[in-house]
Amino acid sequence: MKRPLRFLWPWLALAALFALAPKVFSSGTALTMMSVMGVMIIFALSYNMLLGQTGLLSFGHAVYYGLGGFVAIHAMNAVIHGKLGVPVAIMPIVGGLAGLAFGVLFGLVSTRRAGLVFSMISLGIGELVSSSSFILRTFFGGEEGITTNRAKLAPLFGLKFGPQTEVYYLIAIWCFLCIAAMYALTRTPFGRICNAVRDNPERVQYIGYSAQRIRLIAFSFAAFFAGIAGALAAINFEIMNAQQLGAQQSAVVLLMTYIGGVGYFVGPILGAVIITFLQINLSDVTNAWQLYFGLMFIGFVSFAPGGVAGWLTRHREAARSGEFRRLAPAYVLVAPGLAAGLIGAAMLIELANRQLALARSEGSAMNLFGFAVDASSIAPWALALVLFAGGVAMSWRLWSKVGDAWGSVNAGLRARGRA
Amino acid sequence: MLQLIAFSTLNGVLYGMLLFMLASGLTLVFSMMGVLNFAHVSFYMLGAYFGFEIERRLGFWPGFFVAPLAVGLIGAAVERFGLRRLHRLGHVSELLFTFGLAFVIEEIVQMIWGKLPVDYRVPPSLDFVAFRLFDTTYPAYRMFMLVTAVAIFAALVVVLKRTRVGLVIQAALTHPDMVAMLGHDVPRMFMLVFGAGAALAGLAGVIAGPALVTQPSMAALLGPILFVVIVVGGLGSLAGAFFASLLIGLIQTFAVAMNGSLAEVFGPVAPPFLGDLWQVTIAELAPIIPYLLLVIVLIVRPTGLMGTRES
Amino acid sequence: MSAALELIDLTKNFGLAQIIRDVSLQVETGERHAIIGPNGAGKSTLFHLVSGRIAPTSGEIRLDGRRIDGLEPFEIYRRGLARSFQITNIFPRLSVYENLRCATLWSLGYKYAFWRPIERLRDVREKTEWLMEQIGLTARRDVQAGVLSYAEQRALEIGVTVAGGANVILLDEPTAGMNARESAQAVALIRKVSEGKTLVMVEHDMGVVFDLADRISVLVYGRIVASDAPERIRENAEVQEAYLGQAARG
Repeated sequence: MKRPLRFLWPWLALAALFALAPKVFSSGTALTMMSVMGVMIIFALSYNMLLGQTGLLSFGHAVYYGLGGFVAIHAMNAVIHGKLGVPVAIMPIVGGLAGLAFGVLFGLVSTRRAGLVFSMISLGIGELVSSSSFILRTFFGGEEGITTNRAKLAPLFGLKFGPQTEVYYLIAIWCFLCIAAMYALTRTPFGRICNAVRDNPERVQYIGYSAQRIRLIAFSFAAFFAGIAGALAAINFEIMNAQQLGAQQSAVVLLMTYIGGVGYFVGPILGAVIITFLQINLSDVTNAWQLYFGLMFIGFVSFAPGGVAGWLTRHREAARSGEFRRLAPAYVLVAPGLAAGLIGAAMLIELANRQLALARSEGSAMNLFGFAVDASSIAPWALALVLFAGGVAMSWRLWSKVGDAWGSVNAGLRARGRA
Repeated sequence: MLQLIAFSTLNGVLYGMLLFMLASGLTLVFSMMGVLNFAHVSFYMLGAYFGFEIERRLGFWPGFFVAPLAVGLIGAAVERFGLRRLHRLGHVSELLFTFGLAFVIEEIVQMIWGKLPVDYRVPPSLDFVAFRLFDTTYPAYRMFMLVTAVAIFAALVVVLKRTRVGLVIQAALTHPDMVAMLGHDVPRMFMLVFGAGAALAGLAGVIAGPALVTQPSMAALLGPILFVVIVVGGLGSLAGAFFASLLIGLIQTFAVAMNGSLAEVFGPVAPPFLGDLWQVTIAELAPIIPYLLLVIVLIVRPTGLMGTRES
Repeated sequence: MSAALELIDLTKNFGLAQIIRDVSLQVETGERHAIIGPNGAGKSTLFHLVSGRIAPTSGEIRLDGRRIDGLEPFEIYRRGLARSFQITNIFPRLSVYENLRCATLWSLGYKYAFWRPIERLRDVREKTEWLMEQIGLTARRDVQAGVLSYAEQRALEIGVTVAGGANVILLDEPTAGMNARESAQAVALIRKVSEGKTLVMVEHDMGVVFDLADRISVLVYGRIVASDAPERIRENAEVQEAYLGQAARG
């Protein structure tokens, strides 16, 4: 009876994680952050159904998230207004169905083409919908958006979902269900053919499948789950705003999924958690957080296309090679250079930000890594430049050691028949 | 009425030529290198801001020549140090790189120049009335923009069709591997074309900046329309990009100029569910018209008007 | 109508260039038919026409008496015709096992099923394992197709082609780039998987052709100049002149 247990334990661990997290991180901000993470996990996983699994790069996925949220919030208001006995806990289904409907509608146009043209169409449809928000003011609520009050719906088992803890658990349950559902989908004939379409859409036709039909079905599913995420966001924030279906939101979900790692199921989950954490905390520390995100994205695209999940997987594989111990000294060697380079870069950005953007209104005195510095004086700039340039140069020189270490690792893997 | 048509046509052609200045660089880079440069319209923005800075210190005309060169150099550097190492990872990685780059450029611009529009002015030498038609005047600066755009278009045609470099570029558009095997330094050509495309976009920014608003969001506003242009025209087709640019330029301009709404035609009482739509004017619809056109064209003719190359 | 595959006055022009000119051919059920011809004769184009990749300019293609010209490739596949590619065209990131498994799904009726876990489908598993055995890649089961050796990839290519149990199999230069030993293995594999099926093969390797084929058609500049049993093709003066050369006469 070992096999079922091997299969079940990650799910039990995940459920335990969801259940116990609020006990460990019990502050109000932590609860809010974890709630947002739950929503974003569903959103990012739905995005990866397109990108990682079917090879479709969409720049307009937030449309289904946003429309799901808007339909859900209107439905909630209708329920409140008409005093219908519908509990808020099942509202995500409304969002999901709305996402599905729009997914099929726009999907019929979008999925006729693959590759780059699909990406451009997704961009166009995204702009179409978000531009429409200025025209259809009753539905989208104009600049203020649409608000609701989740505690006014009918209670479920006595819970009105007013307090954040209750909302967290609602999101956690939906998140768990969605993760399970999307994972299950990858293990079906349909899921496998999606991977085949990603790898070679031409060949798929010669084993009996219409690549277009597969893309449409995958697109519809992705929109369905995105709609669920949107509805949960509507419940969580009690407001829906046209920004949530715009290009920026679409870019964020792309960022999350890519940084997490598109080639692995858990990638988007990691990405959603990391990026949400950074989004909420980094914006407190610095004004230039969006610039950091952009640079981080470019960094991952250039140097770590497998994302965080890819990085972790490679190291887990390396652990099985018997040559794992070679990596540590190499990493230790490049670490100072890398750290200096990153710190130097951050200093330059912060100094520039202060001097260029804020000096006129707030003066050039600032707090840099806990030290009080004056951004208009030469000293901090010089230090930052030295750190950055020196760090980059050092890393460049010593990177070959890391390459060598990985060479040994790969040789070890081949020797053990694992490569 | 005739006045409306005349001016709208002029403005529409101007807008279309501006779009083509951007679309041509984008199409050339895409056709040669397979990379769809998301940051292309960011180069346009940089051109406008550089033009502004130079105008502040030295005047408009120095900016007119120097700013596009500066942007071109930045473009070449981006290709040489950023994109080139990504060729082996595939087109998706290159696309995502340019996507991230567009974002970063916008943030840096915001950091340096702020979020509000900057006062990039029409130079006094061009700040007069070109002609008067019926009751309305037409500014000379717009004529200048139109003349510049047409001149660039003509220069592009001449370079591509009549020079040796142009011949090699045309060959590399469809058969880059073969061109490499004939001994041409293809990576260097890529860098030059990418830089030239960026310079072209920068030039468009320099001349458009005083007429349109110069602000950090100008890239994000124009970007999607540009992509609609190249998809509608057909990916990889310069001629298609030309016709699509003019088409979209004219349609949008006419839409803004005409100002009817369903309410004006059919009376103020809207049928159920159409509430908002009933009141909206065609001018308000203008921003979404390119995207509607995109959807219609893709339904009717999925490869675009003159599509030649799929990624 | 005993012909499994029939081409009737098939023509294909690319602009002004006539690539296929009035090709008529009949392949009987169960026959192993080889198409040979010099480079540029249009052999791959012929396959593209039959498998639906491109549409003919004029003429008909019939599969078991029903017209298939102008249909989409997946529609033709569903009617029982499968093809392999000259340049290996498999799913590089999927393992050998998964490549084959995907190829079995449609014919086993699973189509777009998103409600059934694939691991539980016994018939899929058994068919895939049988196929792996047939093509001799069981030991490489979990290896990503993209890192297989060339010959292994060609074997996988054949496996993916025949996985759906199509009755008419088109193989496009299956032994291209193989050495003598690999070719012999490939021939044995082809003979095995085409038992009871109709096979149409484009080949350059004359040894393979004369070993396998029941009948041979010779395509020169888009036209069939001869279509006959191997011995008679060998002796056909026109064919010898156009194509076979000195070595085959001996």
